[in-house]
Amino acid sequence: MRDAITELSAAAIRAKVAEGELSAKAVVETHLAMIEATNPRVNGLLTVCGEESLAAAERIDARVANGKKVGPLAGVPVAVKDNLCTAGVRTTCASKILENFIPPYNATVVEKLMKADAIIVGKANLDEFAMGSSTENSAFGVTANPWDLSRVPGGSSGGSAAAVAARMAPISLGSDTGGSIRLPASFCGTVGMKPTYGRVSRYGLVAYGSSLDQIGPMARNVADAALLLKVISGRDELDSTSVDRPVPAYEKSLDKPVTGLKIGVPVEFFGEGLDAEVESAIRRGLEVYKAAGAKIVDVHLPHTEYAVACYYIVAVAEASSNLARYDGMHYGHRTSETGDLVETFRRTRAEGFGEEVQRRIMLGTYALSSGYYDAYYKRALRVRRMITSDFEAAFKQVHAIAGPVCPTPAFKLGEKMTDPLTMYLSDIYTISVNLAGLPAISIPAGYSKSGLPIGMQLIGPVFSEGKLLRIARMHESSAGLADRRPAVVDGK
Amino acid sequence: MDVKLIIGMEVHVELDTASKMFCACSTSFAAPPNSNVCPVCMGMPGTLPTMNALAYEYSVRAGIALNCTIARYTKWDRKNYYYPDLPKNYQISQYDLPLAENGSFEYELDGETKRVRIIRAHLEEDAGKLLHEELTGYTQVDLNRAGTPLLEIVTEPDFRSADEVGAFARELRNTIRYLAVSHCDMQKGQMRFEPNINLHITADDGKVYKTPICEVKNLNSFRAVEGAITYESRRQLAEWETSGVTMATGNKVNRGWDDKKGHTVPQREKEEAHDYRYLPDPDLIPVELSDERLEEIRGSIGEMPIDRRRRFKAELGLNAKDAAALVEDKHLADYFEAAAAKSKLPEPTAKWVLNEVTAHCNEHDVRVADFPITPHRLAALVILAESGEISRAQGREIFTEMLTSEKDPVEIQQAKGFGQITDESALESVIETILAANPKAVEAVKAGKHQAIGPMIGHVKKQEPNANPKLVREMLLRRIQGM
Repeated sequence: MRDAITELSAAAIRAKVAEGELSAKAVVETHLAMIEATNPRVNGLLTVCGEESLAAAERIDARVANGKKVGPLAGVPVAVKDNLCTAGVRTTCASKILENFIPPYNATVVEKLMKADAIIVGKANLDEFAMGSSTENSAFGVTANPWDLSRVPGGSSGGSAAAVAARMAPISLGSDTGGSIRLPASFCGTVGMKPTYGRVSRYGLVAYGSSLDQIGPMARNVADAALLLKVISGRDELDSTSVDRPVPAYEKSLDKPVTGLKIGVPVEFFGEGLDAEVESAIRRGLEVYKAAGAKIVDVHLPHTEYAVACYYIVAVAEASSNLARYDGMHYGHRTSETGDLVETFRRTRAEGFGEEVQRRIMLGTYALSSGYYDAYYKRALRVRRMITSDFEAAFKQVHAIAGPVCPTPAFKLGEKMTDPLTMYLSDIYTISVNLAGLPAISIPAGYSKSGLPIGMQLIGPVFSEGKLLRIARMHESSAGLADRRPAVVDGK
Repeated sequence: MDVKLIIGMEVHVELDTASKMFCACSTSFAAPPNSNVCPVCMGMPGTLPTMNALAYEYSVRAGIALNCTIARYTKWDRKNYYYPDLPKNYQISQYDLPLAENGSFEYELDGETKRVRIIRAHLEEDAGKLLHEELTGYTQVDLNRAGTPLLEIVTEPDFRSADEVGAFARELRNTIRYLAVSHCDMQKGQMRFEPNINLHITADDGKVYKTPICEVKNLNSFRAVEGAITYESRRQLAEWETSGVTMATGNKVNRGWDDKKGHTVPQREKEEAHDYRYLPDPDLIPVELSDERLEEIRGSIGEMPIDRRRRFKAELGLNAKDAAALVEDKHLADYFEAAAAKSKLPEPTAKWVLNEVTAHCNEHDVRVADFPITPHRLAALVILAESGEISRAQGREIFTEMLTSEKDPVEIQQAKGFGQITDESALESVIETILAANPKAVEAVKAGKHQAIGPMIGHVKKQEPNANPKLVREMLLRRIQGM
């Protein structure tokens, strides 16, 4: 199914469409064909917007023909994680409780995509309500890693990463609460970025951990990620936690290297449990930076060992409150076996929520309950402050922190499903970043011997996305990584 | 045996903002069900709240009027519980850092000034309404009210009688209206009272027994509040005498009020202790109030009703009843003050305002702001009426005419010939004086130029303003003709 068009970057597509060299219709058709060919095996998309995307493409082509201006993503297909509300298009959060929910409104980022003339080709699979690290918690089937269909794509934005890797779309939007963009990006060999908390509006992102959630771009190269980030960023009156700060033209100064670059490597990230192949991929990445003139220094993040525990109190506490609204009263699934009020609530939620979601709601409810609030939630907030301070201290010495994204490459489907705690530990390198509200990016750093992608993580201080993208670009332009493609793309 | 009635009040006030607390929906009353709604106040997935800054300012005003300490830093908390009229199944409220605390509020009862301590006042969003459909057995949810800004005021249990609570409630309502932060229309549910009632019974042996606290909900008239307290005081005593149960953790009860039967009733739902699992709302940023802003708001608050009544009594000499009646309606009091300042006769002005002006406004459903006679013109009428020249009935006739005419009272009086001197003998000496002082005019009139009489009538009226001009003219002519 390989096609010249589906190999193009988003920036290239946009340029050709705007110049009339390539029709948006042709772009969408080829991507829809790729979806048809690969999605049955990958299951990256839960909903395919065939008609709508073709109609949108035609409208763009008409404007180009009439000499009208088109947006910075004109004609570019995008996959959108299915926890982002799309007006008139089913938004399920990969949950039975929202299986047929059609929002009457767009998420702000979706509005921005449309204003930029991007074309939404489908809604991507995820772990239910973004709770998971492998996309195995979806109520509508797992997503397979395009690089090895017996393995997970990572989670929770597994569908978004797989869609990009499998050329269903050159770019996608995911969401990241504890690593949910960066981990699947690493497993699927794409670029994935979580912006600073408050950089991108959360309005229309179905809430999981409200003080941790951020929407971010996924792409096959740094420039496309930068372009998409620029489009979706900015203050939104509908989101009080979005920050009023100008959005730089991230995509414009990417090739300007950072002189005098100092990169910190946390000693705590290279301990027990780190797969040897992952470690050597990261070390090779650091060598690339050294060769480009950067200084690599050790830094300390002493509270790293508490990050997972802290996250699994803060995030689940917020989630237990955020998910209370799914009670079958106003929208979504309602049990057909209604009884009195409490029975109706109970059955609706037992039927509608998967196991992991129920588990986290119970954990969160417990952590907030009377008599336990101080011991768990309040204490976790204090630990969070300490983790943030660790990073603040480190960034006094370095521009960015580098390390692995996950202790291992993509594991097998079903491998970690027997013990939730084992699954939770996949997030060990990514989770503290959300607790501290920092921006971080996962970039391809190499492949395992069996051909599985391995990502490298770069973390920056708050609102340093521009610099972080330039640092990422430094690696991309000089690492000389083999130009591979998942076999499924070629119909194998 | 001595029985002491202990009451603390929880008051909810719906603030008069155009839009809801956390979204842009209208707060207009009596809209068709589920028409003043949007994804935010319906709690749809992915939506986020944004704070109504005016509601916050209104609440600060109220907090100042309640003599509270106003928090310089305040935040929003989620109060989690499940109910169909609460779309998110949590209410955005304030838990441990309310925007106002530790205040006090004065009210008057039978001429005595009383004071209740205010524990706190905080802002939250209202829930929707449940309508129980008798015919179908379904309960319907109307979310129009969901998200309306609600100010919650909590007092210490300082009240000792239903009368005290009634007086407090009325004073509070008036005060809130003066602040223009709510209309407090109880029939529209804009002001709701929930008394928390129990008894301290001192038995003959000296031991004190406290009955379980009962909170009565859904009271939307002063009569209902007073009735519920009275009923509870009897019910709780009877219950204690039978069962001996006293106040303990977890045995607080909620009761409703049956207006027709005039007694409290047990609530339908099983009462379980609620653990609201409060957490700071991560979707909203805390509010920081600067000194300047606080002073600005403080400066924008005018005189409070209790102070205005005192001033009307002390400085303007009004009696308690008239002062209270005027102050009850801010616009009426404003009108009265403007008229009294001009007339310098506060007591009679008060009577005119409370009787004629108020009667007209009520009968014709006119607001004081739209009343056709300006305070200045009314003042002129009061002066005229007080001069003794005209009777009360004549005064009212002039008043009636003033409603539709721009003429001054004196003009109207003259035109109607009211209260003027018609006794010739009273005018004789003046007429003589004027005739003597204007020989040229006299000659002119004698020669047939009757217009020359005009100025002389003017002179007479200057000396004797109440002279009836027709009579003066007649008398002048007669005298001149007889000369």
